[in-house]
Amino acid sequence: MRLRAGSAVRLVVWTAVLAAAAMAAGALIKGPLGGYYFRLLILSGIAVVAAVSLNIINGFSGQFSLGHAGFMLVGAYASAGITLFAHHSINRAFDAVGLPAGARTPVEFAIAMIAAAAAAGAVGLVVGLPSLRLRGDYLAIATLGFGEGIRSIFVTVDALGGASGLHDIPEYTTLTWVVLAAIGVVMMSRNLALSTHGRALFAIREDETAAQAVGINTFKYKVLAFVIAAAWAGIAGALLAHSDKNIDPRSYSFMKSIEIVVMVVLGGMGSVTGAVIAAIGLTWLPELLRAAAVYRMVFYSALLIVMMIVRRQGLFGRAELSIRWMAETLRRMTSRALGERR
Amino acid sequence: MLGSIYALIALGYSMVYGVLRLINFAHGDVYMVGAFIGFYSSRWLRLTYTNGQVNEITPAGMLLIIAIAMLGAALLGVLIERIAYRPLRRAPRLAALITAIGVSMLLEYGGQIVFGTTKKDYPWLAGTAQLTGTVQSFGGISIDKVDVMILIVAAVLVTALHLFVQHTKPGRAMRAVSFDMETASLMGINPDSIISLTFIIGSAFAGAAGVLVGMRNHYVEPLMGLTAGIKAFVAAVVGGIGSIPGAALGGLAIGLCEEAVRAFYPQITDAMVFGLLILILLVKPTGILGGGTVEKV
Repeated sequence: MRLRAGSAVRLVVWTAVLAAAAMAAGALIKGPLGGYYFRLLILSGIAVVAAVSLNIINGFSGQFSLGHAGFMLVGAYASAGITLFAHHSINRAFDAVGLPAGARTPVEFAIAMIAAAAAAGAVGLVVGLPSLRLRGDYLAIATLGFGEGIRSIFVTVDALGGASGLHDIPEYTTLTWVVLAAIGVVMMSRNLALSTHGRALFAIREDETAAQAVGINTFKYKVLAFVIAAAWAGIAGALLAHSDKNIDPRSYSFMKSIEIVVMVVLGGMGSVTGAVIAAIGLTWLPELLRAAAVYRMVFYSALLIVMMIVRRQGLFGRAELSIRWMAETLRRMTSRALGERR
Repeated sequence: MLGSIYALIALGYSMVYGVLRLINFAHGDVYMVGAFIGFYSSRWLRLTYTNGQVNEITPAGMLLIIAIAMLGAALLGVLIERIAYRPLRRAPRLAALITAIGVSMLLEYGGQIVFGTTKKDYPWLAGTAQLTGTVQSFGGISIDKVDVMILIVAAVLVTALHLFVQHTKPGRAMRAVSFDMETASLMGINPDSIISLTFIIGSAFAGAAGVLVGMRNHYVEPLMGLTAGIKAFVAAVVGGIGSIPGAALGGLAIGLCEEAVRAFYPQITDAMVFGLLILILLVKPTGILGGGTVEKV
């Protein structure tokens, strides 16, 4: 994905503006909003990163992964490994280069997130490789097996914290980081969708055999989708671990993967904005329905079934939510309501 | 004798996959509901009696609650098929898969609300609580009385299923539908009723397995279907999904592996099952007894 100079500048400017806005908002909102709602804000940002990245596998390339929480877990452990155990050596390195005190935490967290992305991406490569042989349901089962397998490794091996996970992780995640990551994954998805690589993924989604016949290296692109999505899931995991301040391997189970799948399906598989809206909505909705907390998962599952039967393509289908799309839809709906004939 | 329980559940996965090419994720939860039906029916019919510290049930009573659980689970299975899967018969397989996951979650969390989240004590088979285990002994190998019952029930059910599928008219129709649904419907078979029949038999078997596992572990809980379902599914894949003897064989294999590993390295049992799944999927995705499939364009 080559960027033209103009769009690169625009990208940098927009990112800077949004990051600054998020930083200011973080400082301004936190007080009046209260810790609870502020945390929800952070959680919905993390959900956006997870859902949009899963959309690259399940929506763009038409594969089906049920192991996204496994990638998040890898990222969480990799980043916590850095901030917990490499903290002192990193600080010594900072001393050597004379990094000012204020920049240390962000740089350390950035290193941790890069490590998380690299580790999860590597695992994504391993999980993506079987997609050479497996299709459809079988791939879904294999990813489920990988996700649960990864989790049981972390739970079993005591050197990695064992069943109780990791504790005392520094709280590095801020709204700024979350917003930056969300922008990053959305921008990347968008650029991917507009690029040659994205079109190759869409071709695989529509018809794998035909895509192969026109010379697309389907194996390469499927693995690519897995690696990219896993890397972003790793970042989501890193953000979550440094927001929770601990890692409980039980909370990264199959159910977590399903929750992310529900977000992608609800938003419309293949729609980036759909995934964003569904991720935010499904993070806030259960909290607003706090009184009926017991029924939360029942509601989720019923939603999934009804959605599949009534509106299989999700809220937005493959369309992206934009001003033009809204105007189009509004026009269509009003003309239908008025009973106009063309 | 965990193996025969897995075999019973795996049969349902395998049969449904054979006919619909659908992984019925809700199957493990049908098994859970079956176990609870058995539990409540033993209570309401007053089949249990206290003997010392525990509630007991006679072998005849056990067979009765197994029958009731099979009936209830079959009803649930047909209901699920009608409401959730039938509208999606023509939809992409992914949509059906997602629906199946939804049904599974609905049963699990609905079950937690209806049955409560705590473990329920299951009745013991008459006379097993006092003797604590070993009853029958064959040349130094001792077997639990409950395990003998499980083995007998499972063997009878699997044999009956085999005879049904191979030697009766509906059985032949079922094989025809799983081979090619469209051609079968051209030959005067109603695929819908065959699919319903498949769900009835598969779910009934899961219900029986639920009661048997309750008798063996002496408790049931709403989330018991999750791991058992996944392991039985692994068994179905290992044996060759879509194949009935394969499911039985795979169930026994997974059960034996799990008990052997549990004896030596209890903490890696689950990892072992998933490892086995991935290994089989990579090496021979069609399983031990599965035939080759031809990819049609």
